[in-house]
Amino acid sequence: MDFTLSKEHEMARQLFKDFAENEVKPLAQEVDETETFPRGTVEKMAKYGFLGIPVPKEFGGQGCDPLTYVMCVEELSKVCGTTGVIVSAHTSLCVDPIMTYGTPEQKAKYLPDLASGKKLGAFGLTEPGAGTDAQGQQTKAVLDGDEWVLNGSKCFITNGKEADVYIVIAVTGKIEKRGKMMKEISAFIVEKGTPGFTFGTKENKMGIRGSSTYELIFTDCRIPKDALLGQKGKGFNIAMHTLDGGRIGIAAQALGLAEGALETTINYVKERKQFGRAIGAFQNTQFQLADMATKVEAAKLLVYKAAMKKAEYQANPKTSYSVEAAMAKLAAAEIAMEVTTKCVQLHGGYGYIREYDVERMMRDAKITEIYEGTSEVQRMVISANLLK
Amino acid sequence: MKIIVCIKQVPDTKGGVKFNPDGTLDRGAMLAIMNPDDKAGLEAALRIKDTHPGTEVTVLTMGLPKATDVLREAIAMGADKGVLITDRVLGGADTWATSTTIAGAIRNLEYDLIITGRQAIDGDTAQVGPQIAEHLGLPVISYAQDIQIDEANKTVTVQRQYDDRYHVLEAQMPCLITALSELNEPRYMSVGGIFDAFQAEITTWGRADLKDVDDANIGLAGSPTKIAKASDKVRKGAGEKVAPDSPEEAVSYIVGKLTEKHVI
Repeated sequence: MDFTLSKEHEMARQLFKDFAENEVKPLAQEVDETETFPRGTVEKMAKYGFLGIPVPKEFGGQGCDPLTYVMCVEELSKVCGTTGVIVSAHTSLCVDPIMTYGTPEQKAKYLPDLASGKKLGAFGLTEPGAGTDAQGQQTKAVLDGDEWVLNGSKCFITNGKEADVYIVIAVTGKIEKRGKMMKEISAFIVEKGTPGFTFGTKENKMGIRGSSTYELIFTDCRIPKDALLGQKGKGFNIAMHTLDGGRIGIAAQALGLAEGALETTINYVKERKQFGRAIGAFQNTQFQLADMATKVEAAKLLVYKAAMKKAEYQANPKTSYSVEAAMAKLAAAEIAMEVTTKCVQLHGGYGYIREYDVERMMRDAKITEIYEGTSEVQRMVISANLLK
Repeated sequence: MKIIVCIKQVPDTKGGVKFNPDGTLDRGAMLAIMNPDDKAGLEAALRIKDTHPGTEVTVLTMGLPKATDVLREAIAMGADKGVLITDRVLGGADTWATSTTIAGAIRNLEYDLIITGRQAIDGDTAQVGPQIAEHLGLPVISYAQDIQIDEANKTVTVQRQYDDRYHVLEAQMPCLITALSELNEPRYMSVGGIFDAFQAEITTWGRADLKDVDDANIGLAGSPTKIAKASDKVRKGAGEKVAPDSPEEAVSYIVGKLTEKHVI
């Protein structure tokens, strides 16, 4: 077991770090304050391959491993949670399922533009009445001749209005399973601009305010028969497998937020003086920093391990990284929330003021405990594996 | 066309500076980056490559084996080939010995254009680029703030920066240009480019590979410049704070200080 990053990974980290510091950090506060989707940053990231990290070179991607992708989301999220999730949702939730389940034609059609960042991806599973509970899905897809007709809506969709390619989960019929009639779920690729596909309200969020979170509405939206992703009736598996990968991305986002808040706070406590001393000289501060750094390191090891398990899965699909991804997300998200909250506390009154980055980081951290499976859902995944 | 870009691994000014007992820099003990002027020179070459298909960019550096890192960084940015000149007998070289060595390596390569940075942030001499040109008998244009290529006529048109103006110079290729960091905003490495760069073969040359180079002109022994003394910068004190009671008193204090320092 080796905890040393390869020279390639070290250099990639330096790239992500330099890019985040120079291009992303200066905009983070404004992006949050004005709820502006950082389109210019996305274009710059596209130029350097950030949007096609795991995509094979034959499709114009960078051909890199999950660890490289994780470090990208981590470094971006250290300075801006919004930018981190844009890359994560695009890569894990749209690019990955097309890579995994797409037909050769679908891969050839979508991957080059997604990998180059010419097009951005999104994923629509959640509905007002259904998140992880697939049987609660209401959006329907009915085959009519050579076309599927979609009706229904999806909510809280990251990259919502800014994306071009959407993976949409819908009910395609009923099947009998263990004597019970269940909804048959399938996955589809839907392109922006398809008649009948419109956007509802933009969500006004607590954090990651620059990310574009919209409702997707399908009204007699006709898509070609070959827009079906994977086999008919396998949509739930596709969604759950996609979320396994997505959780590694969100875990990396949470890790980055925790690291970013901790770094900011370490600098702050060296400068902030109270009672004639830098507050970093007080044992309370020192012990809190020590505890936070230890937890962040633990989260990092879990997140990197999940990424490496995913690489193992890619080499040998008989293995699984589902539990590792759930553990990484559970730990990183809860640690991010705890660390960012403590960092605000160590900043005192200033931590509650918008101009200080930790205030934004604490708001951004909260969502990592909620989306792509709440912490409670991660516990379900982990315990189900323990008790099987 | 073929472009050679000379780059140097230099200590990151954000890290501490460390010296060997003989006064030369202890490069092994410091964080290292690609010299900023050289990076601008590389970017200029890569932009020529972007707009002139078929252009091949070779990056060349002289240094310790760990200088391979800057070659890999340059390849990850888009350079095609890397050449490392490394040999114990070449260590401790001043600008004369360095330029002699680099010219000896370049004599093995084909080129239309050589780009170097104006100067390195560790030595700040700005001598190596023009000296390489002298060794190779090439025209040199230093302090380039803009470079235009006319591939058909094999000429370059360069804006040479001065404090308050610039000169526009045209030169026949092959020639050598020294680049300023103000020349451009260097691109980042690409993600996949990094992993490719570590697969790329780096050509490594030693003393024996240098062409038409005399032993008397290389390494510490071949360096006419000797460092008499080197030291860290002494940090300035916190300064003096005064709180005069009136503007008149403040003016009189400042005039007194300026007179004392012979400024007025």
